[in-house]
Amino acid sequence: MSDPVNFIAEWLKSLMANIGLPTGVVVVIITLIGIVVMATFLLVMDIGLVWFERKMVARFQDRLGPNRVGPFGLIQPIADIIKLLIKEDIMPQGADKFIFNIAPIFALATVLLLWAVIPFAPTILGSDINVAVLYIVAIGAVGTLGIIMAGWASNNKYALLGAFRTVAQMVAYEVPIVIALLVPVILARSMGMQAIVEAQSPWYIFVIPLAAFILFVASIAEIGRTPFDINEAESEIVAGYHIEYTGMKFGLFYAGELLHALTVSAIIATLFLGGWRGPFVDQVPILGVFYLFLKSFLIYYVIMWVRYSFPRIRIDQMLGFSWKFLTPLALILLIVVAILSKVLEGVSPPIFALAMLAANLIIIGVTVTVLRVYARVERKRVGEERPLAVVPDPELQQLIQQE
Amino acid sequence: MLNDWIFIGIFLLLAPIFPAAALVIPRLIAPRKPNPLKSETYECGVETYGETWVQFKAQYYIFALVFLIFDIEVVFLYPWAVAFDQLPLFAVMEGVLFILILVAGLLYTWRKGILEWA
Repeated sequence: MSDPVNFIAEWLKSLMANIGLPTGVVVVIITLIGIVVMATFLLVMDIGLVWFERKMVARFQDRLGPNRVGPFGLIQPIADIIKLLIKEDIMPQGADKFIFNIAPIFALATVLLLWAVIPFAPTILGSDINVAVLYIVAIGAVGTLGIIMAGWASNNKYALLGAFRTVAQMVAYEVPIVIALLVPVILARSMGMQAIVEAQSPWYIFVIPLAAFILFVASIAEIGRTPFDINEAESEIVAGYHIEYTGMKFGLFYAGELLHALTVSAIIATLFLGGWRGPFVDQVPILGVFYLFLKSFLIYYVIMWVRYSFPRIRIDQMLGFSWKFLTPLALILLIVVAILSKVLEGVSPPIFALAMLAANLIIIGVTVTVLRVYARVERKRVGEERPLAVVPDPELQQLIQQE
Repeated sequence: MLNDWIFIGIFLLLAPIFPAAALVIPRLIAPRKPNPLKSETYECGVETYGETWVQFKAQYYIFALVFLIFDIEVVFLYPWAVAFDQLPLFAVMEGVLFILILVAGLLYTWRKGILEWA
């Protein structure tokens, strides 16, 4: 009974085979049940995330947060959902109705789809396809499309600006993500998530911390959280792409955003923190689910910590940060990792890990030095006197001087 | 292996149904009284002016071009990374050379001032 999920699946399989259903139909039905259970689990988790997020924000801002509805405000998200369900759905004038309606569905569905390849435990996983990393990149890019669709279809200038900014964000952060994902693929020699998890001894965060850092920063930008939340930017473009959305459609965007953050955390946990690895997992596979979510929530917490500690950066700073810092750094790391793992082929794993870690630390040290020099130059440049604004009309200038 | 792809296929079909179901419930129980004033575009308390879907210069379009090249070239590196075990050092160095060409391209665009916001 150490693996209840597969036990139930096998039992159902034999049950259906006894009725006389053909094998193909049985596989499809089992898959259907698995997907429904997984999606329900994730959506319930999403409701919990709303509470977690609100409570944490409150703590970061020295408030109490929801504490009226239920013990510790635990029932608050349910109350929120009921409120969202009975709100009137307003369609703005001149909106592109079809796209306006399917955009929120897109936003949540793509996030759910990402979970198809994340292994929950040694024996529990949706799909162990051998191109899982590419699948994550592809589905992640489609997720951005939902936001662009929402911004375009709303017939609102703020929403359109939000969509344009989302495009800028995607242009900036897709490349570092793809390169950073390539590094664990080189070490594990596989694109399958399960294979990458199994190859991690020690965890990759202790072997290639720099790749984890690049993926972490770029992922924050991909999910559009502060300091990279320029596509929402309440104080500039009034919530951006979902400005015209009300009721449950807004709720879907909100749920999608929260779940996306957890999904990204789970991907980082799987690739760098050993996924389901932990004590006693070999005996009791179901423990892996617990470990995976423990690690995911740890990263989710750090994402929130970053969110409430940093101010929003400008769009040009964001593009510059990605193209002038993260992308070159990721490319250098990729070259070093590729050469090192070929040269050190056949060396015992602990020595290999140590060498890789040393190389990472050297790159980090050099990068920090370069950044310090750059910051010094930049401070000097900004500190210089700049030309003052001049009144173009000489008569006006005279008038001002007379004053 | 085939089962894995069946899973992905069914999931692709099924995933939109969950959010869509959440949108059906408000259709049944939420009030629905649209009027012209209510459905006006929200823009900071001022009546909206002019067309929304206008053309304007996206200042990062040149970034988008660089992005396109990089994204495609990086995809070529994935098979190289997966087959790492079978590659001799020579093939690895060829991959590194490929990345170095990418780096050179990035440096060129940087020097050309394309990565500046203008």
